[in-house]
Amino acid sequence: MNAQPSPAAEPALPYVRLQAVSKKFGEFLAVDAVSLEIRRGEIFCLLGGSGSGKTTLLRMLAGFEAPSGGRIYIDGEDMSAVPPYERPVNMMFQSYALFPHMTVERNVAFGLEQEGLGRPEVRRRVTEILEIVQMSPYAGRKPHQLSGGQRQRVALARALAKRPKLLLLDEPLAALDRKLRERTQFELLNIQERLGVTFIVVTHDQEEAMTLATRMGVMDRGRIAQIGTPAEIYESPVNRFVADFIGSVNLLEGKVAALRDRDLTIRCESFGCTVRAARCVDCAPGDTVWAAIRPEKIALASEESPDEAFADNRVRGKVREVAYMGDVSICLVEIDSGKTVRVTLPNRSGLAAQRDLRHAAVTLSWDVASPVILTR
Amino acid sequence: MQQMEKRAGRRLVAGIPALWLAVFFLIPFLIVLKISFSEAQLAIPPYAPLLNWVHGLPVPRIHWSSYAYLFTNPLYLRSYLYSIMVAAVSTLFCLFIGYPMAYAIARAGEAWRSFLLMLIVLPFWTSFLLRVYAWIGLLQNDGLINYVLLHVGLIHHPVTLLQTDFSLYVGIVYSYLPFMILPLYANLEKHDPALLEAAADLGARPFTIFLRVTLPQSLPGIAAGSLLVFIPVVGEYVIPTLLGRTDQIMIGRMLSDEFFDNRDWPVASGVAILILLLLVVPIVLLQRVERRELEGETVEVATVEAET
Amino acid sequence: MRRTGLFSRTTLVLGLVFLYVPIVSMIVYSFNNSRLVTVWDAAHSPTLKWYGVLFSDGEVLDAALLSLRVAICAATAATILGTLAGTALARFGPFRGRSLLVGMTTAPIVMPEVISGLSLLLLFVALEQAIGWPRGMGALTITLAHISFCMAYVTVVIQSRLAGFDESLEEAAQDLGARPAKVFWRITLPLILPAVLAGWLLAFTLSWDDLVISQFVAGPGSSTLPMVIFSKVRLGVSPDVNALATLMVSVVASGVVVATLWMRHRQRRRERDAQLAAAANL
Repeated sequence: MNAQPSPAAEPALPYVRLQAVSKKFGEFLAVDAVSLEIRRGEIFCLLGGSGSGKTTLLRMLAGFEAPSGGRIYIDGEDMSAVPPYERPVNMMFQSYALFPHMTVERNVAFGLEQEGLGRPEVRRRVTEILEIVQMSPYAGRKPHQLSGGQRQRVALARALAKRPKLLLLDEPLAALDRKLRERTQFELLNIQERLGVTFIVVTHDQEEAMTLATRMGVMDRGRIAQIGTPAEIYESPVNRFVADFIGSVNLLEGKVAALRDRDLTIRCESFGCTVRAARCVDCAPGDTVWAAIRPEKIALASEESPDEAFADNRVRGKVREVAYMGDVSICLVEIDSGKTVRVTLPNRSGLAAQRDLRHAAVTLSWDVASPVILTR
Repeated sequence: MQQMEKRAGRRLVAGIPALWLAVFFLIPFLIVLKISFSEAQLAIPPYAPLLNWVHGLPVPRIHWSSYAYLFTNPLYLRSYLYSIMVAAVSTLFCLFIGYPMAYAIARAGEAWRSFLLMLIVLPFWTSFLLRVYAWIGLLQNDGLINYVLLHVGLIHHPVTLLQTDFSLYVGIVYSYLPFMILPLYANLEKHDPALLEAAADLGARPFTIFLRVTLPQSLPGIAAGSLLVFIPVVGEYVIPTLLGRTDQIMIGRMLSDEFFDNRDWPVASGVAILILLLLVVPIVLLQRVERRELEGETVEVATVEAET
Repeated sequence: MRRTGLFSRTTLVLGLVFLYVPIVSMIVYSFNNSRLVTVWDAAHSPTLKWYGVLFSDGEVLDAALLSLRVAICAATAATILGTLAGTALARFGPFRGRSLLVGMTTAPIVMPEVISGLSLLLLFVALEQAIGWPRGMGALTITLAHISFCMAYVTVVIQSRLAGFDESLEEAAQDLGARPAKVFWRITLPLILPAVLAGWLLAFTLSWDDLVISQFVAGPGSSTLPMVIFSKVRLGVSPDVNALATLMVSVVASGVVVATLWMRHRQRRRERDAQLAAAANL
């Protein structure tokens, strides 16, 4: 179940707007003139590796770093110079940062007390939010008496108790094991839908981003490489970095041989093949481009009886390696030119069938709609 | 608006202790400097005022007599040199004894480590004066050590152990050993055991590993510990008075005698200034070593944070 | 590395023996009826005679009381000042005058005491001349002097504790709406309290123990305990001083033992809680 943009959201109004925001640490440029718009009620993921600047950007939104350049607007107000304790923004820290000397209840109440609410009101709100995260029975415990998953819920409750306009999550699922991660992903989506809070999530985990995000931004060395829905980013990456960063991809470098409306022919010398794509791309014959083909979109058939479906794109080769992953198998196919192509096959017939593939001579083919042509 | 409040609050937090120290630490030094340029007088206070009012205008009267006296008096020269030598030798002793001890503690198991550290630090919490005094009982002619040596038959007459260089060094090393051990331990504890294993894996024998891997890494700890011993020992007073020689005294004692016995405040101040001049370089070195250790950690942390 | 080296371990053991033999000898001989260290008067020992002498010595008792008052006041003031300075140095980043503050808080630690003592006395004399205060040397000047050099030690303790402190806790508190002062009061201070207490104890010990600086800034009527002890021991071994030493060592040792046991108890309880939580496993 992927996140769907909330239908009630006003599509055109940016709730959070970053305008050419930069951050410099000494000589090092961590964030390079990033401009971004985030809509109310959406879950926006910033995805990137170490050093991409995503955490610095998050900290600027929270108010822990002041931008070296540019402006940050939240709900129309310029927040660039506002300290963190004055912002209608709350953060869930990667380490949870629960106050070790306070009980769960006091931890969650802390933010509400800062607002000057009366005791009965504070208690009511605390009880309410603990219900939502299902931590009511643990109200009297201290953080060291809780497990990792429980601590995370408390951290979430503490951040949400103040009903912030914006909730920032720093690698929320990083510390959890796999089963817990899946469960927590869905719970996060539930809570977000229920409360309607705008989420901004920072993560290095693609799966996390793809599951949680209504829209995501891929960051590379301080810049945003691409913004879009998970599907857009996966199916239509705008450059080689994004194509390679998300999932796996085969990048076939070649020159544009023929160019017609929605019909591109690319001659890939190093791969010894020709790629035909039903795409409309801004390029001219003779340009160097890359055809990005996802491994699951390549059909693999035996040499003698090649797949009839994709006659326009065919390449012959030999299976070098098969990695059995349980639900799929990843095949590395060495084609005639010597280069390797990666193919993902669902394991419909089980392990035995895959074993036969090793060293088999095969034909690879793909649909003309599959390749994404990249000019950079 | 918030920024201004924040700045005012910060100025207060940093300013109050700074003000206290300025009054009770910096200004006193300036006063010492000023008085060192004065001349002893039979007055209260016993020195000539620095400013003479001539026809309503202040004229500073600077006497170099104190410094002239100090530089031409062989007693003082010998005392300075003796103090430096004692401090240097004590530092070396503390290093040679303290390093293996710190090393052993750093290598010990978790449970042992805190216990051993506690053992090292515990004497520090009991009176320094009393512990130095204890050595009098042990070292005197009818003291415990002589008693044992006589009894065992190693000697036939009591050996004069007290009020010698030997007793002085024993007293200093005894008192300052923790100051050497703790910084050394703090440094050694941070060493990555994986480095030692890698070196062994590459064929190095234990002694080589120590020389080429452990020792170089522990240099900042050695520097810190050595300076933490050397600098205060130069001006030591109590230990030389109780345990040291009577024919050659250290500079701290000379300062005190000059002040209390001779009532010569200017000369005493001059002695203080000259000791300070001597120690300026080591003090600055120590601060640099400590800053580098502290900053080394924070720089790493900042880089890791900026990278995510 | 189990092969830690016989050399290091032997040195450690010998070193520890070296550290403790004097202390133990003082304790033993505090119970010796004879004045002489080498003669164990088996007929009349062990005896509490010297403890009696100690407690009936008015000079010693007065001095102890003065030292106690001074140490408590100095330790408290030094802890407050040292915590302020330590916080500024650990949390405020670079600011104008920072190097000066660093210098002023580290130099007193190594400064030879005769110099500190002399300079402070001259300050008090100059102040008295200029503004008429402080009137004469006494408990006040001793306290002021002690505060000044003790706060440097407290600064180092607090600064290093804060350097190792998880800043994300302070950031979380700010994120939840608390201003910096409130963050310090409700979050930082409660969590660094052990270090603050350690700093107080350190300052107390340094003040209680101090001889040289006290000698410079004390007046004719006020003698601290170390000053009294010093004048006694300059003349040689004095068994009532042994008794005093034993008392002090016992107090300190029991304090340390109690503190260690308590900390270990807390540590064990923590571990048990963490295990229970992991087992319940959400």
